Amino acid sequence: MMKRISRGRFLRTMGAAGVAGSTLSVLACQPNTSAQGGGGGGGGPEEKVLNFYNWADYVAESTVPDFAKQTGIKVTQDFYSSNEDLLAKLQAGGTGYDVIVPSDYMVEIMIKSDVVQKLDRAQIPNAKNVGKEYEGLSYDPNNEYSLPYQWGTTGILYNKKEIGQLPESWDPLWDSEFEGKMSMLNDTRETLGAALYKLGLSVNTKDMAELQRAADELKKQNPLLRGYFDSTEARPLVQNGDLLLGHVFSGDAFLALSENSDLDYVVPKPAATRWTDNMCIPNGAEHPQNAHKLINYILGAKTGAVLSNYTYYNTPNAAALPMIDDALKDLPGYVLPASVFDRLQVIADPGEATREYERLFTEVKSS
Amino acid sequence: MRERVAKGWSLGLAALLAPVTLWLGLFFLIPLLFIVAYSFGTSGVYEGITLGFNPGNYLRVFDPLYLEIIVRSFGIAALTTLICFLLGYPLAYFIVFKGRRWRNALILLVMVPFWTSLLIRAYAWVVILGGNGIANKTLQFVGITDGPVNLIFTPEAVLMGMTYSYLPFMVLPLYAALEKFDVRLKEAGKDLGASRWQTFLRVTFPLSLPGVIAGSILVFIPSAGEFVIPDLLGGSQTVMTGNLIQNQFLQSRDWAFGSALSVLLAVLLLGAIMFYIRKVGTDKLEGV
Repeated sequence: MMKRISRGRFLRTMGAAGVAGSTLSVLACQPNTSAQGGGGGGGGPEEKVLNFYNWADYVAESTVPDFAKQTGIKVTQDFYSSNEDLLAKLQAGGTGYDVIVPSDYMVEIMIKSDVVQKLDRAQIPNAKNVGKEYEGLSYDPNNEYSLPYQWGTTGILYNKKEIGQLPESWDPLWDSEFEGKMSMLNDTRETLGAALYKLGLSVNTKDMAELQRAADELKKQNPLLRGYFDSTEARPLVQNGDLLLGHVFSGDAFLALSENSDLDYVVPKPAATRWTDNMCIPNGAEHPQNAHKLINYILGAKTGAVLSNYTYYNTPNAAALPMIDDALKDLPGYVLPASVFDRLQVIADPGEATREYERLFTEVKSS
Repeated sequence: MRERVAKGWSLGLAALLAPVTLWLGLFFLIPLLFIVAYSFGTSGVYEGITLGFNPGNYLRVFDPLYLEIIVRSFGIAALTTLICFLLGYPLAYFIVFKGRRWRNALILLVMVPFWTSLLIRAYAWVVILGGNGIANKTLQFVGITDGPVNLIFTPEAVLMGMTYSYLPFMVLPLYAALEKFDVRLKEAGKDLGASRWQTFLRVTFPLSLPGVIAGSILVFIPSAGEFVIPDLLGGSQTVMTGNLIQNQFLQSRDWAFGSALSVLLAVLLLGAIMFYIRKVGTDKLEGV
């Protein structure tokens, strides 16, 4: 569903997309793991290696080298481009990954699918740095399995110079004035979500009549759209003027805004998505102690700030917040007033309704 | 004499065929059997599939939404095949009969695109056909258009991308078929009073039919299952069977239904090909 890569550096993105997109291989890309350290949380010392499986380009350039310097642990990184690819690989088993970064609803699915293990909070003292707004969210109410990595919103990136200031609303994405100059995310939950928000409904509805209404809204919108794109695909299209409005994740919007002052980003009313990516340890991880060390390291005040200053996403790390670059804080929509933050909704796993959501989005796209 | 030949044949060939049999068995046949077994199973909400006999997955295909997508995929695949044939035949003909000493170099050029991954080449079209791409710039420079026009993220772009990707699969078998052609047959046609056009229609073309059939099949099959190009060049607004199957395996976590769709696609393709070979292939080949 969600595909998110903060900076679409061509080849690296292509590499990840190639693995995910051109094959359905769930067995590809297993890291080299010769280690047999003390598994299961306690036990003896582990070999000083760690396999980190993350979204492409989602750590600061200094994060991994600095972690290695401090702990002596050598980190091997692999990349995925969607939560679903990540889940498929974990379910195939024997991946050898120690730390993964699933999004909110996927954490819930992973807990229910029993592919992630409980965290040992004694090994993560920096967990105290997590801001209280980002703790205990519905997908993992006591943060037993996950701690937040980055968060952001989903909204509209648009060309303010061309079309003027937009209202805080989803309606412009249905405006025939912008026909052929708009895109929505190629993401079932986010795009059905936008229609649900527009109708004043919950993004997590399981009421089929409500879902059908949202799908009907999207069918009206479909002929006006240029297409359904991943956030990283939409960003350059808005930047170079091919699109006037794009439904994107906030990090892509901030990256575009920082490069082009003609653009603006709006988090619409009455509601919009607030998503969180989280650090988890898969079952069967061979280096759980090292994994806890990395999670603890990333939740450090300074290291958390370095990370978000690189990704352009928001940090859930309250201790890191004062060290976020001012240039980033000044971008529209980066620091959200309470009135905006309070109207954001968190996408949850719809369980049995997943297939109905998917069927409806397929219906919308091929309408 | 005869026996000895047969004996050597079977021993040597058995040894030679063992690796490929093992390979296809392990990586094609067994996975295929898994897919067939899954297609009658029941998917759990989160993971796992309960094997059994559940024809429900096949019944779900009769949802008008899915039928429309399957029919559309076959339509796009057929159109891709036709365009590849119309473009590929003259090209292969030219290379074989007019290429002379450039023949090998020209056929090499047809294969050059394979040196780069399909994904990279598809992305290249996104750049070429984009609003600021070379295609739009050229149109404006020549004065055909005033501003950028929508060349990409359209059904036509999908068709173009598929034609581009699969054209070599049409040209290569046509080349192989035409290369074997005995030029004296053309001269004989001429001597017997046929015009060049008549010679082509009644001598050259019928003899190249095996190449046409092979090329069409090689283009049609991957086209019908394509799922990368519709996403990249079609803005995901042209949903094909491949996209639908991918969606079942990843987003919907419905491996049983995804497997049923896969089996159905394979059966439909097999049926279409057998029908095609029977219609175009043997009839005309024997008729000549």
